[in-house]
Amino acid sequence: MSKERTRILVVDDEEIVRESLSGWLAKDGYTLATAHDGPTALEMLRQGRWSILLVDLKMPGMDGLQVLEAAKQAQPDVAVVIMTAYATVETAVEAMKSGAYDYLVKPFDPEELSLMMVKIVAQQALVRENVLLRKVLKRDFHFRDMVSKNAAMHRVFDLARSAARSQSTILVLGESGTGKELLARAIHAESPRQSAPFVAVSCAALTETLLESELFGHEKGSFTGAVSRRKGRFELAHGGTLFLDEIGDISPKLQLDLLRVLEERKLVRVGGSEAVDVDVRIIAATNRDLKKAVAEGQFREDLYYRLNVIPILLPPLRDRREDIPLLIEHFLEHLSVETDREIEGVSADALAVLMRHDWPGNVRELRNVLERGMVIAKDKLIQPEDLGLSAAGIRPEAHDPSLTLDEVERRHITAVLQHAGGNVTQAARTLAIDRVTLYNKIRKYGLRRGDDDGFNGG
Amino acid sequence: MAADVHIWWIGADAADDRLMETIGERTAAAFGIQTRLYRHADRPHHAFEARRGQHSSTAILKWLVGREQPGHRTLAITDADLFIPVLTFVYGEAQLGGRAAVVSTARLAVEQDGRHDPALVADRIIKECVHELGHTFGLLHCDTPGCVMTRSVNLIEVDAKTMTLCGPCEARYRELREKDRHHEQGTHAHPRR
Repeated sequence: MSKERTRILVVDDEEIVRESLSGWLAKDGYTLATAHDGPTALEMLRQGRWSILLVDLKMPGMDGLQVLEAAKQAQPDVAVVIMTAYATVETAVEAMKSGAYDYLVKPFDPEELSLMMVKIVAQQALVRENVLLRKVLKRDFHFRDMVSKNAAMHRVFDLARSAARSQSTILVLGESGTGKELLARAIHAESPRQSAPFVAVSCAALTETLLESELFGHEKGSFTGAVSRRKGRFELAHGGTLFLDEIGDISPKLQLDLLRVLEERKLVRVGGSEAVDVDVRIIAATNRDLKKAVAEGQFREDLYYRLNVIPILLPPLRDRREDIPLLIEHFLEHLSVETDREIEGVSADALAVLMRHDWPGNVRELRNVLERGMVIAKDKLIQPEDLGLSAAGIRPEAHDPSLTLDEVERRHITAVLQHAGGNVTQAARTLAIDRVTLYNKIRKYGLRRGDDDGFNGG
Repeated sequence: MAADVHIWWIGADAADDRLMETIGERTAAAFGIQTRLYRHADRPHHAFEARRGQHSSTAILKWLVGREQPGHRTLAITDADLFIPVLTFVYGEAQLGGRAAVVSTARLAVEQDGRHDPALVADRIIKECVHELGHTFGLLHCDTPGCVMTRSVNLIEVDAKTMTLCGPCEARYRELREKDRHHEQGTHAHPRR
């Protein structure tokens, strides 16, 4: 920034100080103004942006510390320098703790003042450059909460951005944990429907009857337990976006019902007769090969074409390993807030392990592994042993004869889910039970973190 | 022809006439102006602040302005140590785009390594005189290494600069002088009634 654009405000109740200091600094080419007290300074802060505030500590009424506090609130990036006499150095130190850039003991050396101004200007330029670079980085690597340096992912981001502006149905394809719901949320957030609700349904988590009622709602008394009329997810998403996860897993009957709603933009609640208008944008997702399912007669071809208007394929993490360091940085930043732990990063050895791993559970598995590492890590760096990634991908649990059957089951399901990167379908297959049973067990043991998060498949 | 700048020794000791003449010549050469040595026994005694044992440069500037002769700039040179209220000392002070400037020899005469070098001291004084006079013409501090208008807050910085304006400052000076002339002509063309 040129010196003329560096605006300095001198706040002092003594006119001679205001005049001499602003005169001295004006000759360096800075833009100067003065205020004779705190309230005037704050008013000037409200009216425009200032780079540097030189504030006298002792002023009648509002003192320098109060000005500092209010100035930092009004404009957090302003550099406040407190000017003080010898007797109040301790207070000035307090001021620094409250966010002052530095303090000057009056009278100060011309060299000290000049150097400080040059330092502040240089530092503010660096901060601005940093912010700018971060913005550029974010623009390059981010699509909302998704980060990637990978060319294929950037094509996904570009396509998603364009698709977001349209009303067309989107089909997100990709392995479990690749971030299909995250992409759907990002599309919704970039779409003209952003102010209306985003409603997510995991189609594999519910039985046919429950899913039907969940999607379309029901009238009072339509089935045992239907004690009142209830709106379905379609109606709840009215005006917004409905995310149908694991669409490849819905029953033939529901496939037909869904096709009707998509075609007619109307639905009839379970047990009802009246057609209700629905205005929703559908984003469907699946980790199954729908084309193959169509060929095998497991999925309706007409529904497939209804859904496959804009297909977006999310590549698995193993095909974009260059993103792993970026994702680690992204997750650690978020997890440090969630877990309230200060972790500087992963050690070189741990990074090597993370880069080598095959990631069957993709980005979600990476996040889970890092969360575990963050909790387990003994110091500021996550070490390979903190990650819990054994060669086979599952940590062998020691046999403990004192455990109850429930506890053994809970631990085993946790381990299998972790190995599957949270993919319920895959975990259910390993456990040789159906998905609904697995969901029930997940709920029973409290393994899910939330309705749309945690071990939700997709 | 009337001089553009009056150079006036206002120190406590006797003036070094030879040095004063050199200052007159060098400042004249630096700005392409007429300079004249001005002698008067008045001294700004009131500018002395006993608590600090220094003279207020701001008070001296005000005193100079009160005594100015129309159409002239005054460059005062003193052996008193100068200060402005928030700073421990200043080598000099000038009214930006104004009529008065003051330079102190007190800290410029300090020798490094115990060596007495009158020529070096004279050079420093001349540089600061050109510098402060530059401010009266409206010039700001310059970042070009060596330019006389660079800010110097210690002797190393004073010694590092030359006695002349850099290219851009020279151009800026001409531009400001041109504006001044236009302004003066304008004032003459439309005298106040």
